[in-house]
Amino acid sequence: MRVTLWPTCLGRQLFPGAGAAARRVLTRLGCEVDEPRAAVCCGQPAYNSGHTADAYRVAAGTLPALEDDGPLVLCSGSCTTMLARHWDDLFSGSELAGRAAAVSARARDFASFVVRDLGAEPRGMLEPCVAVYHDSCHMLRSLKERDEPRRLLASIEGLELRELTAPERCCGFGGTFSLRYPELSSAMADEKVDDALERGAEFFCASDLGCLMQIAGRAGERGVGLPGRYIAEVVDQAQASGERGADDG
Amino acid sequence: MTGSYDYAGSFAGRAGVALADPKLRAAVASATSRADGNRLAVLESLADAESLKDLAAEIRDAVLSRLDVHLDMLAETWEHNGGRIFFAAGARDASDYVARLATDRGITSAIKSKSMVSEEIGLNETLESAGVDVVETDLGEYIIQLAGDPPSHIIAPAIHMSKADVAELFSQSEGRALPEDAPALMAYARAKLRERFLSAGLGISGVNFAVSEEGALCIVTNEGNARMCTSLPPVHVAVMGMERVVGNFDELAVMLALLGRSGTGQKLTQYTTLLFGPRRASEADGPEESHLVVVDAGRTNILGTEYQEALRCIRCGACLNVCPVYRQVGGHAYDPVYSGPIGAVINPLLHDSPQAAELAHASTLCGACTEACPVRIPLDDLLLRLRRDYAARHASVTERALYAAWSRAWAGPRRYGAFSALGSLAGRLTGERSFKRLPLPVLGRWTKGRSFPGFTRSASSKEKR
Repeated sequence: MRVTLWPTCLGRQLFPGAGAAARRVLTRLGCEVDEPRAAVCCGQPAYNSGHTADAYRVAAGTLPALEDDGPLVLCSGSCTTMLARHWDDLFSGSELAGRAAAVSARARDFASFVVRDLGAEPRGMLEPCVAVYHDSCHMLRSLKERDEPRRLLASIEGLELRELTAPERCCGFGGTFSLRYPELSSAMADEKVDDALERGAEFFCASDLGCLMQIAGRAGERGVGLPGRYIAEVVDQAQASGERGADDG
Repeated sequence: MTGSYDYAGSFAGRAGVALADPKLRAAVASATSRADGNRLAVLESLADAESLKDLAAEIRDAVLSRLDVHLDMLAETWEHNGGRIFFAAGARDASDYVARLATDRGITSAIKSKSMVSEEIGLNETLESAGVDVVETDLGEYIIQLAGDPPSHIIAPAIHMSKADVAELFSQSEGRALPEDAPALMAYARAKLRERFLSAGLGISGVNFAVSEEGALCIVTNEGNARMCTSLPPVHVAVMGMERVVGNFDELAVMLALLGRSGTGQKLTQYTTLLFGPRRASEADGPEESHLVVVDAGRTNILGTEYQEALRCIRCGACLNVCPVYRQVGGHAYDPVYSGPIGAVINPLLHDSPQAAELAHASTLCGACTEACPVRIPLDDLLLRLRRDYAARHASVTERALYAAWSRAWAGPRRYGAFSALGSLAGRLTGERSFKRLPLPVLGRWTKGRSFPGFTRSASSKEKR
């Protein structure tokens, strides 16, 4: 299957490992992966701040780069939500509305694509470790994808996945909220960091790079050992060591 | 406590005051967690809570779409039952009417059960300046009245205070040490209030729902104080927001099934009171006069707009209890009256000011409020719309310029490539994978409390094997 993989702006600028890992996982699962180099951003930062015209300008600039036939896989539940839920509004009344709708209809978050569309359980193995999965609000409440990422992680041998005490509570990122109210946003992240540490997590895993930046950034500032990893990175590593294990055997 | 919150200033400033108060944060976090846990548990006991919420939203929408008809009918049925009704266009009209009720009759002592709209119209201040001594009889309201605080939660006005805070407050007021023991503190307040219940000339209450076909007012409490306020004094006045109407008792039953469950996690509150106007000749109890004040104060301006869904609200407080922002800062960070997600929506609609408008940003748009709302107000969508209004009317020149510059740079791959190259250069110059402090003015705010992963050296996530 031919797949367009878009690591999104955060992925390209700040987390290059996320897109690279997603590409390797999808390739191992038999996909032929293309990356839309000219795609920049879905417009969400400005859209969520009420600057709709600026959001439109950016989204309209990116739209042509995303036009294709096969599934469009994003390394972000949040950007997937922007396409699937808000592009309709953002492009309404514009000449690009039809083209935007066609792109939106193809948009899938990485975990959902692997579990639902490919019907795959990538499996693999890791050295014994304990992790928690952090639900991003968009994954959980907009896309209703609570189980898909957990199923991906549960298929990994050696990984003990624990539930946070308050998995449904926002980590305080909220896009520009994190810049408008940095102290408040950090206080919210603290609760998430504490929750993960109390559950004995060695690292946390997320489907959104914004949450990852928020929680890991706060943990880093506090100097507590709680690295964050994008879900495809964990799956990729597990697959790779699973393959090595198979070779050794 | 009120003094430290600057309502002419910004949400950020007030949030900062709250964040620096660990006792407040602990009190709010534990009370809201408990309330939300109770809500979820008791909703599970319903056969189909989701369908009931759909029905409740439909009922509220149907009322709002014919609100003029319902209010006309309410006036007719309420007057038929012997009550009097006053439609107040502004907050001041409403509070003046109540003050005149007292002064015209020479009443100097009033008792009051909990009412958020009375806070909205500044009723206590108006009464006091008219020489009427008014005392709050809901325990939480009694506490904050004594403390001189505004309410910090729609249904739990003293949520920001601990038991120890209350003991200290009561001890100061009484001039002797009272124990830090809830039953003892309640007994103290009850004894104080009893004298006032028996001597007041005016009883003031809010209204949870007015039933337009019946000319009846429904009030729910857990303390029974509304019954005393509405039946002991010779004059009763009820104050309601003009949208708080249902058509009939069937519709009321749906609302009541959700109100207690969503607000306090109770199937029903301890007391559900239905009032049908003043005492009739055949009745032993009740007031001689019953007045109903219907407050507009900006609500008409919301009807028929893209914000009308906000008027569905039944003031249960579930959105506050589930909100991760409210959890950190409590209610005083928002506004002296309505706080939390619903406050962030209705304050900008009721008050045309940049201070109120900013509240639309006091949310991560996580959507937990929308999920909790028993009448399905799409709170996060409404906040998003309000942010558009904010951007158009109140955003600073700097904010606009930043978004415009950003959108020009990111409108296509060419300039974006240059932007990435700049980031990559910054990364090389510092030679670090993560920044402790960012030199850029806006992004520098990120490193207030968080490290930053740093720009990548390559703008592409092309694999490097």
